[in-house]
Amino acid sequence: MKAVRVRAFDAAVCLLLMFMPFWMGAIGGYTELATRIVVMGLAAMSLNFLLGFTGVLSFGHAAYFGLGAYGTAMAIKYLGAGTIPAIGFGVVLATIAAMIIGALIVKLRGVYFAMVTIAFGQVFYFIAFRWNEVTGGDDGLTDWHRLPIDLGFAKLDIFQNDKAFYYFALAIFAICVGAMAKLLDSPFGRSLIAIRENERRARFLGVPIEFHVWLSFVISCLFVSVAGALYALLNNFTDPRALRVDLSGNLVIMAVLGGMRSFWGPLIGAAIFVALQDYVSSHTQNWMSVIGLVFVLVVRFFPRGVLGMLRGAKA
Amino acid sequence: MTQVVLFNVFNGLIVGAFYALMALGLSLILNLSGVINFAHGGFLALGAYLAYTLIPYIGFWGALIVAPPLTAALGLVVEWLLIRPLYGKDPLYGLLLTFGLAYIFEDVTRLIWGAQSVPFQVPGWLMTSLSSQLFFITGYRVFMVIIVTAAVGGLFAVLKYTRLGMRIRAGTRDLDTVSTLGVNVRVLRSLNFGIGIYMAGLAGVLAAGLLGLSPTIGANLIMPSFVAIIVGGLGSLLGTLLGGLMIGVASGLAAVYFPSATEAVIYVMMGLVLLVRPRGLLGEEGRLH
Amino acid sequence: MPKSNWRAGVNRRTLVKSGAALAAAQFASPFVIRARAADAVKIGLDNPLTGTYAGPGKNELVGCQMALDEINAKGGILGRPVELLVEDSSSGDAGTAVQKARKLIEGDKVDFLLGNVNSALALAMAQVSNEKGILHIVPGGHTDAITGASCHWNVFRVCNTTQMEAAAVCAALVKEYGKKFYYITPDYAFGHTLESGMVKAAGALGGERVGGDLAPLGAVDFSSYLIKAQAANPDVIVFLVQGDDMLNAMKQAVQFGLQNKVHLAGAQQEMEPLEGLPPEARIGTWVLEWYWNQPGVPHVAEFVEATKKRTGRVPTARTWFGYLSVWTCALAAAKANSLKAVDMAKALQDFHLPPEIALGPNPAFYRAGQNQLLASLFVGNAQPSGSAPDDLFHVTDVVNGAAIASSVEESGCKMTWPT
Repeated sequence: MKAVRVRAFDAAVCLLLMFMPFWMGAIGGYTELATRIVVMGLAAMSLNFLLGFTGVLSFGHAAYFGLGAYGTAMAIKYLGAGTIPAIGFGVVLATIAAMIIGALIVKLRGVYFAMVTIAFGQVFYFIAFRWNEVTGGDDGLTDWHRLPIDLGFAKLDIFQNDKAFYYFALAIFAICVGAMAKLLDSPFGRSLIAIRENERRARFLGVPIEFHVWLSFVISCLFVSVAGALYALLNNFTDPRALRVDLSGNLVIMAVLGGMRSFWGPLIGAAIFVALQDYVSSHTQNWMSVIGLVFVLVVRFFPRGVLGMLRGAKA
Repeated sequence: MTQVVLFNVFNGLIVGAFYALMALGLSLILNLSGVINFAHGGFLALGAYLAYTLIPYIGFWGALIVAPPLTAALGLVVEWLLIRPLYGKDPLYGLLLTFGLAYIFEDVTRLIWGAQSVPFQVPGWLMTSLSSQLFFITGYRVFMVIIVTAAVGGLFAVLKYTRLGMRIRAGTRDLDTVSTLGVNVRVLRSLNFGIGIYMAGLAGVLAAGLLGLSPTIGANLIMPSFVAIIVGGLGSLLGTLLGGLMIGVASGLAAVYFPSATEAVIYVMMGLVLLVRPRGLLGEEGRLH
Repeated sequence: MPKSNWRAGVNRRTLVKSGAALAAAQFASPFVIRARAADAVKIGLDNPLTGTYAGPGKNELVGCQMALDEINAKGGILGRPVELLVEDSSSGDAGTAVQKARKLIEGDKVDFLLGNVNSALALAMAQVSNEKGILHIVPGGHTDAITGASCHWNVFRVCNTTQMEAAAVCAALVKEYGKKFYYITPDYAFGHTLESGMVKAAGALGGERVGGDLAPLGAVDFSSYLIKAQAANPDVIVFLVQGDDMLNAMKQAVQFGLQNKVHLAGAQQEMEPLEGLPPEARIGTWVLEWYWNQPGVPHVAEFVEATKKRTGRVPTARTWFGYLSVWTCALAAAKANSLKAVDMAKALQDFHLPPEIALGPNPAFYRAGQNQLLASLFVGNAQPSGSAPDDLFHVTDVVNGAAIASSVEESGCKMTWPT
C-alpha cells in the first residue's frame, strides 16, 4: 500500500541519516562531509517548500542562507552569544529580510520573479562584500568558532568533536524537516499545492494568492537560514560566497536532481551533488565542467529527478 | 568640481552604453524565448577569446568583424541542441541549463586559453586621448560608443524595418498567434537567440580592449545587465537601453559624491523601481507573468 | 606536461551516469596513477585551481611538483617517498577550502598542509591546521595577520607581509619621483593594510597622501578613480589593486595617457598579471617578491631552465613560493629527524634555507617567534620588453627583507606553543 511504502521510505532515510558518520567512513567519506550533506539537504528542502510545493521559482535563496550564516557568526563574534541564541539571531535577521523583500516582489511570477530574486540575492552579497567593518568584507568573518553547548546536565562539545556536531546538526535538521512536513500536510500546505497546480483556479476558489505565496516564501527562507546558520557553525567561518548566486543555483539543482515533487527529493539531490562535487574536484581540475554537465543532463534527461524517476509518472 | 562631475557623467554614459549592449542581447532572448541566459557572460568571454586568437591572423579589425558572428554561430548550435527542447516548459529548466552552461564555458575557456590573463592588442592609434584636457575620452572609448551605437541602431532598424524584426516584435507579444499565422517559430527563436549572442560576442571584443582578458571576464558584467533590464522595463528594448545608460551615469555620479557606493547605487535604483513601478520604467503592462 | 600526482582513489561512490562517463575520460588522460605506498609521506596542497586565483595557484602547484621530484630523487623525507595530494580550494569559497583541508587532514591523513593564495582562505585553513596540530606552510597568502595578530606555532609563511612590500618600494618612489601620493586601493583587508603600510612607510620619508579611493574587488571601470586621481595632482599614483583589477586599472590609465603626467607605481606586483598586460601598459615602479632574471646569483639559472622544460615559461614568484614551501617540509623533517609537527616547527625557528632553494642574493630564513620567511624583495620597473622575451621587469634594487621588516612585537604576533 502506498502509505506503507511511504512510511518505509521515511524510515529508511531516517536510519541512513542516524548512522551516516559511521558508514560514511567506510565508503571513503569523512564526518564533515556527512554534516555538509545534512546542512545542504536542509537548505535544498527549504527551497523546495517554495519551489516544488508552491511552484514559485526563487533563484536567490543564497541571500537568506547567507544572512543566517552571517547573523550567527556576528552574534558569536561580536555579542559572545551561545550557539542556540546565535542561530536564533541569524534566523530572525534572515526572516525579517525575507518578509520585506517578499512583500516587494510577491506580485511577480515566473521568469521575472526569478530575475528579481537573483538581483536581490546579489544585493546582499554585495553588502557583505563591501561592509568591511561589520562583515569582514571579502575576507569574511574569522576568529571565532562554535562553542560547546552547556545543557545544564551535560556538556555537548560540538567544537572539537566532529561527530557531536553532526548529531547536533541532525537534530536541528529533524526539527525543521518535521515542521515543514507538518505545514505541508495542513490546509495551508494544500492551498500551496493548489496554487502550484493552477493558480488561476485557486484564485477563483478564493485562496488569497499573494498572501500564501508571501508566507510560503518567508517560511522557506526561514528554514534556509537555519541551514545557513549551521553552515557557519560547521566552518567556524563565514564569507560572502555563502550569499552568491552560485549557491542559489546549486540549491535549485539539488532540488531538481533529487526530485522536486517529493519531500525527500532535495535531500537525495543534495547528497548526490555534495558527494559528487567533493569526489570530482579531488580528481580533476575540470570539475566545473562536470558540475555544469550535471546541470545540463539533469535538465535534458532527468527533469523529474531521481525520486521522480523511481516513482514513475507523477504530477 | 563641476568639471569632475561632467567628466564622470560623460564617462558614465560611455560605460552605460557598453552595459546596454550586453543587456540588450540578454533582453532580446528573454523577451521572445523567456529564457534567462546565465551563460551570456560566458559567450562574452568566448567572443573576446576568439578575437584574441584571430588577431595575429586577421588583425584587430578583422577580429572585430569575424569574432561576434562566430560566437553567434556557436550560440545557434547551443540553442538548437540544448535550449530548443525547453521552450514551453517551466522557465526553471532554461535557467538551470544556462547556469550549468556558464560553469562549462568558464572551465573550457580556462582549459583552452589558460587561467592567466592574456594580453589583448588594440591598434595603437585608438589608445590615445582626444586631448590633454579631456584626457579621459580616449579614442578607444569613442570607438566603443560608435560601435555600440551602430549595433544598437542596427538592431532597432532590423526590428522595425525587416520582416524578421517584425516577427520578433510580434512574437514578443503573442507567440501563439504568430505561429498560427504560419511563421516558423522555431527558426524565429533561433535567429533571435543568435542575434542576442552576437551582441554578447561583440561586447566581449570591446570589453577585452578595456579590461584584462581572463576566463572570468564576463562574470562581473552580467549583474549590471540584469539590473538594466529590471530598471528599464521588462519586455522593452528601449527600456533596457535606457536602463543601461542610467546605471552607467548613476555609477559615475556616485563616484563623485559617494565613492564607496558606486555599485550599491545601481541596486538602490533597482529597489526603488521595484517599489514604485514594478514593471520597470518603460515596461509593458501584463509582462509580470 | 608536469607529472601530476593526483590521487588514485578506490571508486568511492557511484556517479550520475554521464558524469561518470566524462569523469572516466578525465581519469584516462595524462594522470600518472601511482600505487600508493603505504609508508609515503603525504603533503596536502589546498590551493585555488579555478576562479580568479587559478593562475597563481597553478604556478605554485608547478613549484611544488618540481620540489617533490627533486626530494624523491634524493631519497625522500626520512627515507620515505613523498606524495603530493592536490585539492582545489576554489578562489574564494572558504567553505570549500576548509572542507578540503579537513578532507586532507582527516580523510587522507596528510603530514603537512600547504595553502592558500587567498589570504582569507589561508586564515580559515590555519584555524583548522592549528586545531589539528598539523604543520602548515602558506606559500602565497599575503595578509599580515597570518604571521601577525593571528599567528600560530604551526603556521609558517613564505611570501612577504604588506609592511615589508610597502617599506621596500616607498624608498625608491620618494627618492625618484616625489612626495605626493594618490592611492587606488582594493577595498578589502589586504588592500587596507597595504595602504596603511605604504602611508606609514612613505610618511617616515616625508611622503604625503594627497588622496585616495577604495575600489571594489572586481571593479571593471577605473575611469572615475583615475579622473579624481589626476585632479588631485600627485607625483605618483599608487595602484594597490591586484591581479585582474590591476590589469584593468593599468590598461585604462595608459589609455588616458596618465603616465605622461604622473608616475605610476604600486606595491605588490606579480609576473602573471604583467604577462597579461599589452606591452604599452607594462610600465611603472613595483615590487616583485622574486624574479627569474638574477644574473650572478648561483643556482637560479638551473631553476629557470628546469621550469622552462616543464611548462615552457619562466618561473614566477609563485613557482618559487611553492618550491620553497615543499622543500621547507623536507628540510624541517630532516633537521628535526621527526615528522611531529611540534618538533619540526621548533626546528624551523631561525632556519636558513640553503642557497639552491633560497635562490636570491640575500639569505632566506624563517624568523623565530613569528614563522615569517625573510628573504629578498625586488624593486624595479615594468618594461615592455627586455633582454629576453620574458624579461618584463627591470630590477633597480634588491632589498633585504630582514633589514626592512618590522619587529615581531610590532607585527602583533604572540606565539603560544603547546605544552
